[in-house]
Formats: sequence, C-alpha cells, structure tokens
Amino acid sequence: MAVLVDETTKVVVSGITGREGMFHALRNRAYGTRVVAGVTPGKAGRDVEGIPVFDTIGDAVAATGANTSLIFVPARFSTEAIYEAADAELRLIVCITEGIPVRDMGRVASYLRGMPSTLVGPNSPGVISPGRANVGIIPGEICTPGRVGVVSRSGTLTYQIVHELTQRGIGQSTCIGMGGDPVHGIGFIDSLELFEEDPETDLVAMIGEIGGDDEERAARFVAEKMSKPVVGYIAGFTAPPGRRMGHAGAIITGTSGTAQAKAHALEAAGVKVGRTPTEVAELVEATLS
Amino acid sequence: MDLYEHQGKELFARHGIPVPRGIIARTREAARAATETLGGTSVVKAQVQVGGRGKGGGIVLADSPDEAETAAARMLEEGFQGRRVTRVLVEERLPIAKEFYAAIMLDRSTGTDLAMVAAEGGVDIEELALAKPEAIRRLHIDPEIGLHPYHLRALTSALPPEARDVVENVLAGLYDVLTKEDCTLVEVNPVVLLTDHRVFALDAKVTVDDNALWRQRKTEMMKSSFPTDPVEFRARKAGLQYVKLDGEVGVVGNGAGLVMSTLDLVQQAGSAAADFLDVGGGASAERIATSLEVVLSDPGVRVVLVNVFGGITRCDLVARGILDALERIKSSVQTVVRLEGTNAAEGRRILEEAADPRIVPTSTMLGAAQTAAELAKGRAA
Repeated sequence: MAVLVDETTKVVVSGITGREGMFHALRNRAYGTRVVAGVTPGKAGRDVEGIPVFDTIGDAVAATGANTSLIFVPARFSTEAIYEAADAELRLIVCITEGIPVRDMGRVASYLRGMPSTLVGPNSPGVISPGRANVGIIPGEICTPGRVGVVSRSGTLTYQIVHELTQRGIGQSTCIGMGGDPVHGIGFIDSLELFEEDPETDLVAMIGEIGGDDEERAARFVAEKMSKPVVGYIAGFTAPPGRRMGHAGAIITGTSGTAQAKAHALEAAGVKVGRTPTEVAELVEATLS
Repeated sequence: MDLYEHQGKELFARHGIPVPRGIIARTREAARAATETLGGTSVVKAQVQVGGRGKGGGIVLADSPDEAETAAARMLEEGFQGRRVTRVLVEERLPIAKEFYAAIMLDRSTGTDLAMVAAEGGVDIEELALAKPEAIRRLHIDPEIGLHPYHLRALTSALPPEARDVVENVLAGLYDVLTKEDCTLVEVNPVVLLTDHRVFALDAKVTVDDNALWRQRKTEMMKSSFPTDPVEFRARKAGLQYVKLDGEVGVVGNGAGLVMSTLDLVQQAGSAAADFLDVGGGASAERIATSLEVVLSDPGVRVVLVNVFGGITRCDLVARGILDALERIKSSVQTVVRLEGTNAAEGRRILEEAADPRIVPTSTMLGAAQTAAELAKGRAA
C-alpha cells in the first residue's frame, strides 16, 4: 500500500524543460515511476525523451490522466504552479522549489484548505515509496522496500537516516520530505495519520529540527492517537538562539522551538528520541525486533 | 532579516504610523547636536538587532546634550551585548499617558497572521501571556480576506475607550507594513498614548522575509548597514549559508538539517563547531573550494570536517573541490572528509589517489565527527 505515492501515481512535471526538472523527471521515470507529462507554458507539442509537454496542467490531465504534480519551476512562479495543480484537483502536489516568499505560501495554505489536493513542500526533497514510485529528488538507491514510514523536515539528513536504516536491512514503506519552510503543506501530524492507517507500515521515524512547534504538536498527536511505535530525531541542539541556520523554518526565538523542548515533548509522548542518526536506526531496529 | 529600530520606523512612517521625531547619530558629537535640535532633551537608543535594550542599558533618557553625548559615546564604544553598535537613534521625549503592546506576525503553524494587542506596554509579552492572559487580545487574520474593521474592534476592546480609535489606526498601518513589505513580524512595544491623546509607535521590531527581498528593493538595501564578520561577508558574497560560531571544528556540509546534525555530533564528541556552512544542493567543485577557503580563513578553526550526503550533489565534484582548495591554501589544518551518496565511491578514490596527508578520510558521519573532535583536542593540547 504505502502512502501518497505508489504504482497508481501518474506524474505531471511543472518545469520539465528546465535543467533540474528534466534531470529529475527522467531519474524518477528510470526508477519506475509513471511520469506521464510535463508542463512548460509555450512549449506544448514538444516532448522530453518521450514525455509529452503541455501548456497547462489542465491539458496534461485531460490527455494523460495525470493525478500527481511535481513542481520544479523557479520560486517566483511556484505558487502559480501550485494553484494550477490544485484547480486541476490533482490528488498530490509535490513542490521541490526553495525560496518561495513565506507570505505567498500563507495565501496558498489558506486557498488549499478544503480542497482535495495534498501539498508536500515547498522546499521538499519529495516523496518515495521504495520499489514503487519516486516523486522528487530523493536518491532511490539509498532506499529499500520495507515497513518503516519516514517523515522529515530535512533533505540530506533524511538521506542519512534512511541510509542507516537500509544498511541494517530495514526497509521503508514511504519516505515523506515535508520540506524545511515555515509554512508548508503536509506536516508531521498528517503524515503520522497516514502511516497509522497504512497496513504496510509498522513503525514511523520522524525527523525534526529547531524552530516552530510542528514537533510539539506532533507529540500530542502521538500520545493521543498513535498505536504504532514512533522513533524521533531532532537536529539543532547546538544552534545558537536567534540565528538563522539555512532553513527558513529553523529559527529559534526565545525558549519554545528549541531542540531540547522538542525532544522532551516527544519523549513525554512515548517517542524514543535518538541522539544521533545512527542511534535512530538502532532504536528502530530494537523496536522492530 | 531583522531591521534596526530606525529602519522599522522608516517603514512605519511610509505606511502612516506616527513615530517620534528622530535623528540617526554615528558619533558622540552628532548625538549632542541631535539633542540640541530636539530642544535639549532626548532618548538615546542603541541600534542593534537584539531585544532587551531597556534593561540592558541600550536606552538612555538624556536630560541634556551632555548626557546624550556621554550615553552615545558609551554605546558606540562598548557595543551592546557583544554586538557592535554603529549608530544610535536620538529621539524626542514625549509626554506619555499610557502604554500598550501591538504586534502582528505570521503564524507558521497555520499560514495566517496572528495579531495581538495588550493593555500593558513596555513589558515582556511572554511573561504577560503567562501572568495575565486576559490582558491580551489575539486573533488570526486569514490572508484571503485581509484585515477588517471587526478585527480591529475586537483587538482594541481591552484598551481604554480614548485609545481605541488611534490604536486601530496603528494596527491598520502595521497590517499594511506586514503585507506590503513582506514581513513576518511587526511588533510595537510600546505603543504610547500621549497626554494630548495622540498615539505614537515608540519602538519598532520588524522582521522581513529574506525570500522576498528580490521584490523589496528598498528594504534589501538596508542589509548593507548591518556590521558583519569579514568571514561571514565573504561567505555571503559567494552565496553560501554561513553562520559563525565559537568552536574549533570548521564544518562544511550539504543541507541545513545534515549540517545542524553534524554540529550536534561534534559537540557530543567533546568539541564544538566553529561554524555552520551549508553549500546548498548540487554544489560545484568551485563552490566546495570556496567553502573551505571561507572556513579556513577563520583563525579559530583547528580542524575541518566535510560531511556530504550526495543527492543532487556529486561527491566526485566535492572531492575535486577539496583538492583545489588545499592546493590554493597553504594551510596545515587537517580536513576530515566523509562522502556518501551520489558518486561517493568515485569521490573517495579521487581523495585516496591525491594522498594528501592533510586529508583524513572516514566512512561514517558519527566516525567523522569523533575523529574531527579528537584531532581538534590534539591540536589544542
């Protein structure tokens, strides 16, 4: 089963004729994902190694039955691509683009409430259900099919933890990169909910970082709603307060949002929190055995 | 980007929020002259990107040009809480009757704006929220509908009647600043009501979204007024995400989460990172080389730790970048390298063939952090 992406996923790539869009569309297709269309305004009728290009997502959906949007367009045009995909009622929208103004995302979040689409990102590495479909830029070769669900605010840190799991022979049902921006689509709670209901997921690894209160809210959800075990990790214990560490979301102001506060909240909810990525993999292994 | 108070007030004035008459002074003499211009008394305020100035000596009420000069001299010489002070704001003194608190900020958990008004100003709002939650009015504003009069009425309902209309105007101005200037926070603590019932924003705390600076040119130009460490300046010019820290292990990695995690592991291993440096995704050999140059230009760095998990970044290019940098820099500092992911085998082979004694290859992230910490301790001894 997995969650969000699987064999039924049919991807339309916004920005497919750009360097990044083309590279990853082809990489996703080589992984076995059904990449059925691309969109670049003004380039309808062309194709990218056999993937047909359309002017609009609407045209792409009508011609190919695409149900999932993957967005690579530059930051200033990305919210437009998200609105377009939402209006086409695609079930999943994965936005890889980073650097979108946060107030623009506030309006997107407001517009998407009550719409059928699920947004992943922006500033996301994408979603992969190993052996089934890869939508985004997560390297497929570090993953292996299995029964651990992974959800993370980070990109390469997720790769690190997935790699440590794979090396121990522990496979993943789905890895969700929710993205590092302060205002984003799917969060920990939505992801935990999906994994709780997924019969092919036995345990969830959640990877958080300083800033915001996503992890604290997730902790409450785990305590109240999760029957499956959850293992956690938080990056940024040594981050100085008030300094920006790359991710727009990773800003600590005052006491709330610190790594300590997050780790405590998770532990109080029964989540085992690893102090290193390696320890996270060890905790997952110990919990499953 | 956090603005200085005087820059925030510039934005306020542009959007019709009344602010006190003020003059920027970069020297003690200028602070004296400004106070004379303002009628012989003033408030001298250190311009820094941190809060807590009132308690920390960063704000001084001057009863004469002499006092203003002395206060300004101290601030400009000593700085404030370890930060350099390059200018002070010299403002007119006002006859204050009442103080309030007003702020609007982006609530990241919902993507909507959260407005807050309190009948008590000049206090620590987090403390007030705990001690007297009923003193604070708060409500969310959906960006789809914007700010409406009913929002304003609800927000000012805790204030004395004579303050409501004027504070409503301030709030409307703040919302204008927030939305039109791409801010994530606008906070005024305090908003003051004068004895003649006029209202002023006595302070301004404004945070602008860095991702929106391309369409906020006027604000972007304010960036150049912030003093930066020379190493930070160099990193910024190269487009690298760099934050200077106080430790001895210079960390370079790809991706903010991975780099933060690396910093944590270095500390757990008994050392401390000298910086946070994220090369970003898909970095070229040149970018890696520049990153190493930036890190090595920090005299506090005893050991460098490169931790890359290649996704769109290719480890062979990272390896070449490291060799390029070590060729250019005549440094004896050892560099612990851990490469994993895309083209990692090729990257490791390139480093092995170079056989540079300054390069210490490691195979795991944990091992790399431990090795770097041990080497740093060895060099410190």
